[in-house]
Amino acid sequence: MNHNFHLVVDNVDKRFDTKQGEFIAIRDINLRVSRGEFVALIGHSGCGKSTLLNLIAGLTTPSDGVLICAGREISGPGPDRGVVFQNHSLLPWLTCFQNVFLAVERVFGGKESKSQLNARTEAALNMVGLSHAMHKHPNEVSGGMKQRVGIARALSIEPAALLLDEPFGALDALTRAHLQDELLRIVAETKSTVVMVTHDVDEAVLLSDRIVMMTNGPSATIGEILDVKLARPRERIALADDPEYHHYRKAVVEFLYAKQKRAA
Amino acid sequence: MSASLTIDGAAAPKLTGGEAVSTSSVHDAVAKSDVLSSETKLAAAARESDIAQRTRRRRELLKSFVQTAFPGLIGVLLFLLLWQGISILSPQLPGPAKVWDSAVKLFADPFYSKSPNDQGIGWNVLSSLKRVGIGFGLAALVGIPLGFMLGRFVFLNRMAEPIISLLRPVSPLAWLPIGLMVFKAANPAAIWVIFICSIWPMIINTAVGVQRIPQDYLNVARVLNLSEWKIFTKILFPAVLPYMLTGVRLSIGVAWLVIVAAEMLTGGVGIGFWLWDEWNNLNMEHIIIAIFVIGIVGLLLESALIWIAKRFQFD
Repeated sequence: MNHNFHLVVDNVDKRFDTKQGEFIAIRDINLRVSRGEFVALIGHSGCGKSTLLNLIAGLTTPSDGVLICAGREISGPGPDRGVVFQNHSLLPWLTCFQNVFLAVERVFGGKESKSQLNARTEAALNMVGLSHAMHKHPNEVSGGMKQRVGIARALSIEPAALLLDEPFGALDALTRAHLQDELLRIVAETKSTVVMVTHDVDEAVLLSDRIVMMTNGPSATIGEILDVKLARPRERIALADDPEYHHYRKAVVEFLYAKQKRAA
Repeated sequence: MSASLTIDGAAAPKLTGGEAVSTSSVHDAVAKSDVLSSETKLAAAARESDIAQRTRRRRELLKSFVQTAFPGLIGVLLFLLLWQGISILSPQLPGPAKVWDSAVKLFADPFYSKSPNDQGIGWNVLSSLKRVGIGFGLAALVGIPLGFMLGRFVFLNRMAEPIISLLRPVSPLAWLPIGLMVFKAANPAAIWVIFICSIWPMIINTAVGVQRIPQDYLNVARVLNLSEWKIFTKILFPAVLPYMLTGVRLSIGVAWLVIVAAEMLTGGVGIGFWLWDEWNNLNMEHIIIAIFVIGIVGLLLESALIWIAKRFQFD
């Protein structure tokens, strides 16, 4: 019955054992993501949005409930899901090319020749606009470029789902905007299914088909889901004075700052 | 051109003066010949700026020399003066000049070999280095894999911790009698002492390196589901390498400290034994030379390892 959906999160709870007893991070999470859909998870810090993403990535296992990706239960991390971490997580002793190649080799190594693997790696780096810097080491390129390599690594393995954990959180505003535009283009090209954790309202509205808004933790859950029906391709400048865009933006801001107000 | 010249604040005042000269000389040239093409003018200006740049570079070199090497030189000179002063007050201690003369004679033929107990200083240093190399190499062979295991498995770490904490502070020479008893020979006993005292820093640093691998890197391995071999070669080993090299550097420092003491006790050929032999001959010049040789070799070993470690620094 769930086979129409690409990614299914069914009644998922995640509890942690702490010294003070059991801590309920998230509870009763139900989410269905269609193939090619872009979903943003938004909420205040500590609302468990990264916990949910880690569950989908398989880095942690749910205390209750089931997660399914492309028809198979998620029982651990695997290369059918490409993950982009907030802090790029590139291996500093490998060049950008080698970092992506490591992933490509893992997934396609048994089936394809060396030259095919190289071509895949180059194609992935080319897609994020890094052909010129692919033989540099991560410490020789800018923060934005590192994050591009992270995206290239995640996409190079042709994952069933792309999982982004605040991918642009550590970047300056201009670089962030630039990479958001790039991501829009790449996702349109690759028709990827994406789940992205963010705390940036504009980013969520600009990129997503649906925005999943989470209540405050502990024992956080999904508060509201907003369908963003802005036409694609989306243009940042055109949307700047689009009333529809502002309507969506306001809905998210209201949820975050009126309904889930936080004593900061 | 002028922008590039005035970047360096310290050199700016002098250089603007130099530029004034250069422009005025160009003016002279213009006055002499009205038909001077703009290209020649440009070439002249370029030549002038080239000279200015070269003087600036020379001045920077001089400045960096004064800032770094000069104080060191002063220190060495003061040290020599102090040494000279003490040698005047206490005549048994030879002064720098006497030691220098003796060193020139000694290093004229460093590789002679008259008898097992009378060999050139070169042979003595080399046989000490050989002992350190063997003992240290064996320690690395055992200590580094052991460190990886202790870092990777908490149970093993807890198991080994009390033993390591107990044995590590033991003075290296305390191990010598055990070596002599087991091997019944001086040379393997000295190597044994080197082995046992240089193994601890390598075990401990490697283990700490393994424990401190950033979770991010391990997450990459988990997300990609890499094989154990790939995890070791692409993540574990490179991540631990800087820690390991720190351990190696500390170990080799300790090993070189200890070999001198061990050789004094075991005899044979070696810089430590040679130093003790010269004490028996009451040749103070040679003792001081031995001290310098030990210091310089230790410094070279350390620098070599720092150089290697720098090549594997990534951040």
